[in-house]
Amino acid sequence: MSSDAKKVLTKPIVDNNPIALQVLGICSALAVTSSMTNALVMTIAVVLVTAFSNFFISIIRNQIPSSVRIIVQMAIIASLVIVVDQVLKAFSYQLSKELSVYIGLIITNCIVMGRAEAFAMKEKPGVSFMDGIGNGLGYGFVLMTVAFFRELFGFGTIFGMEVLPLIQNGGWYQANGLLVLPFSSFFIIGLMIWAIRQWKPEQVEKD
Amino acid sequence: MSSNKESFGKTVGFVFAVCIVCAALVSIAASGLKDKQVTNKLLDQQTKILEASGLLSMTDGTPFSIKETYGKFVEAKMIDLDSGEFIDGDPLLFDERRNSRDATKSEKPENDMAGINRRSHDAVIYIVRNGAGTVDTVVFPIVGSGLWDLMYGYVGLEADLNTVKSVVYSDHKETPGLGAEVMNPKWKAKWPGKKIYNEQGEAAVNLVKGGAKAGDINGVDALSGATLTSNGVTRTLQFWFGKEGYLPFITKHNDGGLI
Repeated sequence: MSSDAKKVLTKPIVDNNPIALQVLGICSALAVTSSMTNALVMTIAVVLVTAFSNFFISIIRNQIPSSVRIIVQMAIIASLVIVVDQVLKAFSYQLSKELSVYIGLIITNCIVMGRAEAFAMKEKPGVSFMDGIGNGLGYGFVLMTVAFFRELFGFGTIFGMEVLPLIQNGGWYQANGLLVLPFSSFFIIGLMIWAIRQWKPEQVEKD
Repeated sequence: MSSNKESFGKTVGFVFAVCIVCAALVSIAASGLKDKQVTNKLLDQQTKILEASGLLSMTDGTPFSIKETYGKFVEAKMIDLDSGEFIDGDPLLFDERRNSRDATKSEKPENDMAGINRRSHDAVIYIVRNGAGTVDTVVFPIVGSGLWDLMYGYVGLEADLNTVKSVVYSDHKETPGLGAEVMNPKWKAKWPGKKIYNEQGEAAVNLVKGGAKAGDINGVDALSGATLTSNGVTRTLQFWFGKEGYLPFITKHNDGGLI
């Protein structure tokens, strides 16, 4: 792998994170982070959709008439999302029952669209594919971190395995009801953005 | 708009081509995976019915053993809800969700306490026999509004058609940690032995806020922090075991003479 491709792949994880730096894709980050399993499946779905939509859009980037480019991008993204939803239904019915609504909403996830418009329309297919994977992983990194805290303190479990036994199950841990609700992700994402910007002050916007 | 790429004909042609390719991709995925999706859905349903009848522990959890156990002990039958009689029909083709949207196959309940809007004329029940062939459990599907959306589930009753064996929800959109505790095994464990009907024969089963008193045969602890979900569960059960639900069937068959 050339160093360029590597940079494209790893940069979005912390240095140019779509959620933490660009503050995109927040809506789905609130919805699917109540459990780590859901967050993981969502991450995989977004990685696949972003990578392949970048790839296909990059292949036809020189043919797309600029007057209809957004619609063409949407058509490709929407098709990919439907395929992912169908695959999930076929291979994990249980998860698809919980996630189907949010998988459909990947179509409107600003990250996918943003990468198609900002990167894939200009770059070659291979590197666009890498960029899609990188951005999907960057999104997933935030999702998994948020889900870790929400599931651990909201339900006392990690990936469904009991870590802190809940009082209602005969243990000692009183679950934090706030973390069960979606908007608690705002606090966790806010704290993450603060932590990342403490570590990398160059991300702080100038006034 | 000067370059050739931007001409009207080229733009329309390009969009058309993209649509054809995308449509083909989606159709191939949908039809290619259909069999697997249907199998999965059926397996999920069979798992829930086995859980409601207490037979799930007999399986080793693999799809094969669930199918085998289901096929061996469970018999699905169509009934007419108003008359309570068995009717002919293929239970596999029955779809409650589709029927309850079809005006010719459903009706508005007089007292829609479960909040389902329309109720299908027919229903499928699941008769579970033990090894000797006598009826062990009858599993009744239920549906009713919770806090956010309809909640789908199954109630397993013993052969007297009054004593509860289990209440198993299969599909709901309640709040995780609060209403979604209907899936909690600790809560489900409070159901066995409770009675649906009181001495007057009314569907009196209900969830009690603050906890059911000892000796309350119709009451089960409500879910803490989820009053609206708990009310939904109570109303769903009282509706489905009342006169617009399974009561006509149960009155006809609760003398133990079930089939």
